[in-house]
Amino acid sequence: MNYVLDFSVVFEKMPDLLMAALATIGLALAGMSLALVIGVIGVAARTSNIRPLRAAVIAFVEVVRNTPFLVQIFFIFFALPMMGIRLNPTVTAIIALAINGGAYAIEIIRGGVDSIHKGQVEAGLALGLHKAQVFRLIVLKPALRAIYPSLTSQFVMLTLTTSVCTSIAAYELTSVAQIIESDTFRSFEVYFTITLMYLVISWMMMGLFALISRRFFSYPVR
Amino acid sequence: MGVIGQNEMLFLLQGLKWTLLLSAIGFIGGGIIGLVIALARTSAHSALRKTAAGYISIFQGTPLLMQLFVVYYGIGLLGFSIEAWVAVAIAFTLHASAFLGEIWRGGIQAIPKGQTEAANALGLHYVSRMKDVVLPQALKISLPATVGFLVQLIKGTSLAAIVGFIELARAGQIVSNQTYRPLLIFGIVGAIYFIICWPLSLYGGRLENRMAKAAR
Repeated sequence: MNYVLDFSVVFEKMPDLLMAALATIGLALAGMSLALVIGVIGVAARTSNIRPLRAAVIAFVEVVRNTPFLVQIFFIFFALPMMGIRLNPTVTAIIALAINGGAYAIEIIRGGVDSIHKGQVEAGLALGLHKAQVFRLIVLKPALRAIYPSLTSQFVMLTLTTSVCTSIAAYELTSVAQIIESDTFRSFEVYFTITLMYLVISWMMMGLFALISRRFFSYPVR
Repeated sequence: MGVIGQNEMLFLLQGLKWTLLLSAIGFIGGGIIGLVIALARTSAHSALRKTAAGYISIFQGTPLLMQLFVVYYGIGLLGFSIEAWVAVAIAFTLHASAFLGEIWRGGIQAIPKGQTEAANALGLHYVSRMKDVVLPQALKISLPATVGFLVQLIKGTSLAAIVGFIELARAGQIVSNQTYRPLLIFGIVGAIYFIICWPLSLYGGRLENRMAKAAR
């Protein structure tokens, strides 16, 4: 078998691919933001005095973290219409990403809150700081700094996970690539190219996260 | 709506067999290559270190689904005619090797340098120094993360479904299309994954807690 690599179809479709790459970034950003919201609310519920609420959050986190995203997105894709909610696949994908990322965010944020010792809060109050100052300076900033590495690497992973959203035909890079592939039969060329595009996206994200970290969290700990 | 009978359940269980087999191949194969990657990543030669770092960052920076696609179609281009499951197994092996390599690199670097120096001073050569001194401790430190990755890998094998390989998730899709009961079927499929992954996650978490306590 003599196969000649031919990337010309890829170049021809490059505008479509670039648009789709933007869509992937958008999908990831939407998923991340909602995941953060779920994470914060989840941690609040996880530390509440209402026992069933705590148990529900724990169950949610464990179920999401121990089942594949593919099964989750299928389940949501079929469950929403049965509840009478009709959404386009891309919005469904965002919901699935938010739920998946949210479960991981709950675990990560909880770890950050746990890392702040009660004594520090008491010390802050004893020194005459306002409650708001104590929260901002003693709880929030160190907690953010503690969770930043795991939270951002989770975000990069969530961005890579968006490729699975092709399974419900959401609009993103992989699904556009699959359409081009089925039109042209240049499977390897198309997938190789978008793999590189994903690599660029995740490297850009890592670079940006590192920059933010250097700007806001580079102060000595002790 | 169709009924979920014995045949459907048996079909799902056959899919489960492939899920477990793929996970096992990926984990064992990835473990062997991953060890080489981890050693290269911590070696004294900078070319080796950089190559291993590049390998790891490519696999960590691209979606597992793309790795499956590229290996799956790439092997076909090279002119080998192999069965689909072999191609998928190779992809998972490579994927696992990069992640395990990175996890174990962390373990190796967590071992105090003094131990390597002491082993050197005692006249141990590289193989014995690694095999008898550094690796046993490094792998022990890395055990929680290794178990965590195994869970990721088991869940990740579901992506073979998108390539068309019939493992548990794909079997679920097929049964769901036949019976028109997607929620029930994907509920069952999810529950099966959960039954496999949850005990592993709990075990990994327990190991981590125990080590955190021991470190204090």
